[in-house]
Amino acid sequence: MTLIRLEHVGVVRDGRRILDNLSLALEPGERLALIGGNGAGKTTLLRTIVGLQRASGEIFAFGTRRRSEAEFRQVRAKAAYLFQDPDDQLFCPTVIDDVAFGPLNLGMEHAQAMSLAGDILAELDLGHLANRITHRLSGGEKRLVSLAAVLAMRPDVLLLDEPTNALDEAYLERMVAILSPLPAAMIIVSHDWPLLERLTDRAAVLRGGRLVPAMLHRHGQWTEQVHLHELAEVAGD
Amino acid sequence: MRQSMHNPEATSASPIDRLQPSTRLVATLAALVLATVAHQPVVLALALAAAVLLVLLARLPWADLGHRLLHVEGFLIVLLALLPFTMPGRPIFELGTITATSEGLTRALTLVAKVNLCVLVVHALLGSLDPVRIGQAAATLGVPSRFVTLFLSTTRYVSVFREETARLVEAMRARAFRPRSNLHTWRTFGNFAGTMVVRSLERAKRVDEAMRCRGFAGTMRTAPQQPAMEFDIAFASIFLCTVVGLLVVEFAA
Repeated sequence: MTLIRLEHVGVVRDGRRILDNLSLALEPGERLALIGGNGAGKTTLLRTIVGLQRASGEIFAFGTRRRSEAEFRQVRAKAAYLFQDPDDQLFCPTVIDDVAFGPLNLGMEHAQAMSLAGDILAELDLGHLANRITHRLSGGEKRLVSLAAVLAMRPDVLLLDEPTNALDEAYLERMVAILSPLPAAMIIVSHDWPLLERLTDRAAVLRGGRLVPAMLHRHGQWTEQVHLHELAEVAGD
Repeated sequence: MRQSMHNPEATSASPIDRLQPSTRLVATLAALVLATVAHQPVVLALALAAAVLLVLLARLPWADLGHRLLHVEGFLIVLLALLPFTMPGRPIFELGTITATSEGLTRALTLVAKVNLCVLVVHALLGSLDPVRIGQAAATLGVPSRFVTLFLSTTRYVSVFREETARLVEAMRARAFRPRSNLHTWRTFGNFAGTMVVRSLERAKRVDEAMRCRGFAGTMRTAPQQPAMEFDIAFASIFLCTVVGLLVVEFAA
């Protein structure tokens, strides 16, 4: 069964046509890299899939056509959306409350939701953050905690909006290590092509409001690269 | 935000900390009612003494209390300086052409006592309580979930807005802005305020979307209510008896 299918979808905002007769299909387990320039409509496309953005055309999710807010509410329970800015996503004061928020909304008992949240945090090696105040976390911690918060809903589809933006090398690797083995289908928006090559199996470029099939491919070439060496390390050589 | 405030990670089991949040909230409300109606000097003095006792019981860092009081005393000094001269009544002394009245001075001192009473009680009873627990306590006491949600969101985003304000101020200073008394300054402050409103609105929209993405449909689910414990009942009894006793003195006199 195709998880997400968009047909002839259009979005106009402030008189500008952002998505134009766009079609998209996402199959189970598939990982799509969504590439496009600034303002090309990548975030708008993700928002359209979960019904946060009103759009013309037809949106099918998990086998059913979705139109109303109530219908999209069911979509959001299974298609988790990781926002660009973790500060938008983490609104509960403590980490554990935030991770338990989704499961609680899906009708889970309080104790059960808390233990599930604890498990997810432990799985992602974030257990020590459980009682921390969300706004005092570092940028990398915030990002991983918001990922834990959406994974707590055990989604079939993950919509990731620049998930590694502003992450340092170490957090980027942790993010990749978490995402790689997940069975969920994914749409990943990023400008980091090497990252997309590692995480996705097909690519599409959003241009002129439509998706153009593409592929990320690598070949060796002579390049100059900037490296960073710490001075102590150079002196030790 | 200062580290020692609103910090559930700091665990010191003072008698106040052993109380349930809802008990602390009810006690605070009772004390605030008393502070509102009390006018008799003897009632206020006794209540202040009780409040100091509560502060000692709570064993909170003195720096927190100092910080909180400092904010309030600033306003009170203005009040203390102005009220005696602005209320009509029996004159007690003159300062140039203006006259201080004993009614004004009494009113000023009463207000100072009332406000300090409130600050001390809130500091002692709610000071170590994380805002989430206050929100949850309010929910268990039957406050509509809409207000609880508003309260919880506000406590969460105060710091984000503070950071956003700080970033804007820095951005202004980075381009050599210095407030002066000219039109440019006022226009800049206008833009600053406008930008904050627009950003806040957009932030609020995104947060709402993020909440809806995780199945939020209007009500915040909170922790189930714990049964009242003996210690809570004992504390509440003593506390309410004190408040009622002081109220009786207030109205009997």
